[in-house]
Amino acid sequence: MPHAGPHMLDYDLAHVLGAGVLLFSFAQLYQRRVIAMANAYAAQSVLLAAAAFWQGWVQGATELYVTGALTLIAKGLLIPLALHWIVRRLDAQRSIDPVLGVFPTMAIGVAMVTLAILVILPMTISAAALAREDLALALSVVLLGLLAMITRRTVLPQVVGFLSLENGLILAAIGVVGMPLLVELSIAVLVLVATAVFGLLVRRMRERFASLELHHLDRVGGAQR
Amino acid sequence: MSLAALVVLLPLAAAALLGLIPSMRLAAWANFAMAALTFAAALALAWIAPAPSGAWLTDGLALHMAVLTAFIGMTSAGYSVAYIGAELAAGRMERSGARTYHVMFQALLGFMLLALLADNPAITWVAMEAATIAAAIVVALPATAAAIEAAWKYFILCGVGVALALFGTVVLYLAGQGALGPGPAGLSWTALTAAAPRCSAAVLNLAFVFLLIGYGTKAALAPLHAWMPDAHAEGPTPVSAILAASIMNVALVAILRLRGIMEANNLAHGGALPPGPPLMALGLLSLLLAAFSLWRRRDVKRFFAFSTIEQSGVAAYAFGLGGAGATYAGLLHLTLHTIAKAAVYFPVGQAAQMKGGQSFDRISGLLGSHRGLGLALACAILAVAGLPPFGLFSSEFLVLTETLLRQPLLALPLGIGLLTGAWALIARLQTLCLGRPTPDRFPRPHPAALVPAFLHLVVVLVLGLAMPQGVANWFADIAGAITPGTVNPAASGPAAVSP
Repeated sequence: MPHAGPHMLDYDLAHVLGAGVLLFSFAQLYQRRVIAMANAYAAQSVLLAAAAFWQGWVQGATELYVTGALTLIAKGLLIPLALHWIVRRLDAQRSIDPVLGVFPTMAIGVAMVTLAILVILPMTISAAALAREDLALALSVVLLGLLAMITRRTVLPQVVGFLSLENGLILAAIGVVGMPLLVELSIAVLVLVATAVFGLLVRRMRERFASLELHHLDRVGGAQR
Repeated sequence: MSLAALVVLLPLAAAALLGLIPSMRLAAWANFAMAALTFAAALALAWIAPAPSGAWLTDGLALHMAVLTAFIGMTSAGYSVAYIGAELAAGRMERSGARTYHVMFQALLGFMLLALLADNPAITWVAMEAATIAAAIVVALPATAAAIEAAWKYFILCGVGVALALFGTVVLYLAGQGALGPGPAGLSWTALTAAAPRCSAAVLNLAFVFLLIGYGTKAALAPLHAWMPDAHAEGPTPVSAILAASIMNVALVAILRLRGIMEANNLAHGGALPPGPPLMALGLLSLLLAAFSLWRRRDVKRFFAFSTIEQSGVAAYAFGLGGAGATYAGLLHLTLHTIAKAAVYFPVGQAAQMKGGQSFDRISGLLGSHRGLGLALACAILAVAGLPPFGLFSSEFLVLTETLLRQPLLALPLGIGLLTGAWALIARLQTLCLGRPTPDRFPRPHPAALVPAFLHLVVVLVLGLAMPQGVANWFADIAGAITPGTVNPAASGPAAVSP
């Protein structure tokens, strides 16, 4: 029986998993290489899947298992593999060109988490404790994803930031008890994420082939970009 | 299967079928036929106006917007026949590109209708996201570096916007949970609107902020509008008409429904933020920013994209003013602008095709060299500028009157924005339509291709000069039904939402 266990354990484990997802958002912020960022994203997705499975067990909801399985297979495995492939085969920028240094970025990140907690907790006093704190963690992940997008100059790390932002959305949805259409929503988010990766591929291939076209040769002289 | 489901499924089925037709000419006509069929189904749905039931939301607002969207879909599809033909003939588009275009056109139409007619914020969100992806694919179709850049910018900015809207949707569900309990009932526009006074006010505020930012991005409200000019300038022109007209409307409808929920809660015990001031602020900012930006544009399609941002701002501002009168004005403005702006894009697209470019120095003196085209464009620009014989004059006048009644001080920035924008449009009208004719580089399109533009102009003209009483009542019913706290004796028709 899923509901027989002590309530505190449900609560604590959900917190630990949610905090783990947030931790890997921070891990993405200070990476210097795209591959490392993609790996942090994969780890984050695996933890997110674990959080979905755990919520499915606690709430006794099958939908959450499906969401967890989708997350594990697509975001924990396939998308990171695709990112690796793009970096290797299409020789994308291997290093990240951040706008800010590690310390200021992390400081802003901490400020954002504080902001999320200060905004969410007082506003949602009427909601269940687990949902509120989960929502605060989820908003932190969303904000850190935005921060990762803003503080990177090149496209590939921006896309990884976007992907991790979407993980925050799923974290928000799984923490709210009885969220309807969860599977549909997670599939829709997955399509969005897949389109982002696909668009990245198209863009990169286009850049590669465009540089081979003859009429671009006259521009190659001075500026590379 | 209900009629509402048919309206949504027709274009989605057409999207699947159009990919299989080998002949591009046949596919273009099939695209038009399916869009016309969808329009007929939407009209029938609005005529019958079934009681809101189950998964479908068929109140006046949804029905009106569905008819409008299907109408623009039909005329744009009719216009596409000649447009895609010319693109194929000029070698600017491959056959595979034309196929993708037809499939994505119908998908875009179907998902927009789904977003309007679904009685579920989560389904609305899914449909909006799918429409975003379909539109991004179409914008990338010309396959030039600029088009791919524009599609990418559109996708990333709207993707982030859509992501924030999903967060807002989850929070919206959480806000209604205390009143509606867990489960599917808690995520329905009808149920949430009815239970709005009992929703948790603080959580509603949070949801409002995220949904406003998220859907505001899609509605191209400043400062979230950056994707719009690029997507318009680089994508195929019929899609500019749809992007300008319909995607923006779908997002504004979601914002409008949210406004109803917030206001009902606010009126009941004053817990939720009044939604008016943020909407008015975003609206005025968009209006002023776009009106002044119009003066600096060199690209025709980019120019009209800024004009769309301006008009979206006017509508959002009117919705923010609150009250049934301002809502009426905003709805009328949105409807008329949608029709008038499509009437601008149709001739602009043909002119750009003929002249082989879309900068202002390429296109000039159209009235002298191409009388019909120049006339359509001149009338359409006058209509968008809000000059008298056309309907936008009355809607802008109504917005201004409501402002004087409710917020007299705001009439000044509103008036400055409207005048600056109209002035810029007239100034450009002179170079585009009068001036010295520029040489044509490609064959002129068939005169029949202008039929959609003139059809739109006639509608805008009739609604401006002699609006039938039935249409006026229809708008008044919708405005009364979606504005909490109004006692509207007319709101007893099919448009009324049960309280």
